[in-house]
Amino acid sequence: MIEAVLAGAVRGGSSILFAALGETVSERAGVINLSTEGSMLCGALAAYATAVETGSAWLGVLAGAAAGMALAMLFAAVVVFRAANQLATGIVVLFLALGVTSLLGRDYVGQGVDGFTRWDVPGLSDIPFVGTVLFAHDPLTYLALLAAPLVWWLMFRTTPGLMVRAAGERPEVLVATGHSPNLVRLAAVAAGGLLAGIGGAQISTALALNWSENMIQGRGFVAVALVIFAAWNPMGALAGALFFGGIESLQLQLQAEGVSVPADLLNALPYLATIAVLVLFSRRRLHAAPDGLTSVFETSP
Amino acid sequence: MSRLVRIPATLGAVLALVLGVAACGDDSSAADSGTSSSEKTVKVGFLYVGPKDDFGYNQAAYEGSLEVAKAFPNVEIIQAENVPENAEAERVMERMISQGATLIFPTSYGHLTPAVNVAKKHPDVVFVHQGGLEPDPKLPNLGTYFGTVYEPVFLAGMAAGKATTSNKLGYVVAFPIPQTLANVNAFELGAKAVNPEATTTVVFTASWCDPAKQAQAANALISQGVDVLTQHQDCTKTIIETAEAAGKKSVGYHYDASSLAPQGWVAGSEWNWGPLYTDIVKTFLDGSFEGSKYDGDYRVGLQTGDNPFVQSPFGPGVDQETKDAIAAAKDEIAAEGVFAGPLKDQSGDEVVPAGTTLTYAEVEQMDFLVEGVVGKLPK
Repeated sequence: MIEAVLAGAVRGGSSILFAALGETVSERAGVINLSTEGSMLCGALAAYATAVETGSAWLGVLAGAAAGMALAMLFAAVVVFRAANQLATGIVVLFLALGVTSLLGRDYVGQGVDGFTRWDVPGLSDIPFVGTVLFAHDPLTYLALLAAPLVWWLMFRTTPGLMVRAAGERPEVLVATGHSPNLVRLAAVAAGGLLAGIGGAQISTALALNWSENMIQGRGFVAVALVIFAAWNPMGALAGALFFGGIESLQLQLQAEGVSVPADLLNALPYLATIAVLVLFSRRRLHAAPDGLTSVFETSP
Repeated sequence: MSRLVRIPATLGAVLALVLGVAACGDDSSAADSGTSSSEKTVKVGFLYVGPKDDFGYNQAAYEGSLEVAKAFPNVEIIQAENVPENAEAERVMERMISQGATLIFPTSYGHLTPAVNVAKKHPDVVFVHQGGLEPDPKLPNLGTYFGTVYEPVFLAGMAAGKATTSNKLGYVVAFPIPQTLANVNAFELGAKAVNPEATTTVVFTASWCDPAKQAQAANALISQGVDVLTQHQDCTKTIIETAEAAGKKSVGYHYDASSLAPQGWVAGSEWNWGPLYTDIVKTFLDGSFEGSKYDGDYRVGLQTGDNPFVQSPFGPGVDQETKDAIAAAKDEIAAEGVFAGPLKDQSGDEVVPAGTTLTYAEVEQMDFLVEGVVGKLPK
């Protein structure tokens, strides 16, 4: 049972992980993107539609990444260059995405798709326990697991990562070195949308093999909450996404075992856990917040 | 820099404009005529809460309306899809009436209140609502109708009980409400009728359509050894795909999804509204709606007539013996009903004594799971 719960945590958490990594990059540059859910929706639909039309799930992922990025750039154009309120703009852009995807997605409801199938890592998937938990998933789930350390390395060990963090902490440093903080922020938000788009693609073309209106069901918001939970650290996002995936997986698994569980309470658990984390750690976590973010809240209505 | 600003801003404006136009276009076409001919003398309106091609509830209703159009060449159908369950539905119905509609089918559960409001204002227009109950006091120009969902689910359960090799069936359910519990119970009773060892494990997802969660729920059931999966969800594709990918079998709900699961499709249940809609329209055209069986809360199942909720085609693995047994059981249901006593609930208490059968009205109050169902009702 533990094996099944953990395997479910990895499979179900990977979409949230993509989005949380993207949001980490975005927030490190000083931009809170609440339309992450929208980027996931755009990614889910674009990937599904492309996979249906071309028969290639990988082309679908590219389209999903591009769609997620396009929406994030629309958001960035408004908040970075027009200095619009980030929180309000994020919500508006999310609703825009919800409307557009519902409209454009109607033809794809119920359509058959050649999505990703499970790909067992040769050799490794035969390892007892670990093989099932880590090495018997769809390709995008492996990508998500690899993306976490990669994003960590990019953020903390490379010049572009340093520039993103500078945009969030000390934009004057960027200016002094001849860079535009706004362009860096735009790039960071775009990268965030790209990752969220892949997360959406994982849901529609790998996990659920389905498109339906509003199918992300709040996972984008969970990802945003996770970033705080993870103290803006990509590896923390990995842990958080697995935790959230694990709670959902656990409650479904308990039900499948016939254990008497209060389903409503368990369904609320991921959100209760977020609140608990925010309450318990918020003071400490806020110290880890990029300086640029605090101004978002100070200028909020 | 300023150029960079303007390009995305312009893009945004264009996008917003396109959306606005698309939304307006959608709105104005919402009550468009399906056909246009001056010879058509009677206009009938249909409202759907979702898209008419959702491979589910709405598509089934839409296809029923097409059968009405085919059956009565002088009837013009006015279609309106994506009608929300609020005052917008009233406006859509008012618009249909101003276009000349004299009979209106609001087909979603939540269209009842708007329909009642409009019906009070237009006593000369007849409303037949799908799935609701007449208001108190009842209106002379409004009636409701519905089928009996759990009867074909019982029959599909029989096919599932034969198809399983692990004797474990799985049911992914949205919420524990009487309608879903009746389906789960009927499914288990059907399976047990042919396979006394069969159990049905139920998992609630707390959402009518959360595909990611559906996939996880299906995987959880599969990890428990379940080898036949069915569901009570609005969007049904994910669970069927998940079962098929894992080499498990599926029993459909809402529509014939056998093409999605060429290997694992066992059986299913789906709506076939055409005959009932046609008969309602015929009654109306004959001028005898008021006081007819449709001028009230008309519930129909095998015990009282032709159930509009019917069996989907069987999958390739169902043998003739099973099909014959199911055909025989269908006649039995017509005689005795699905929930014929003695029936015990999960704790072994007798809930339906021998010699009695739950009526359609009693089933609509169901709050227990029968013996053989694994999984607990949230308290």
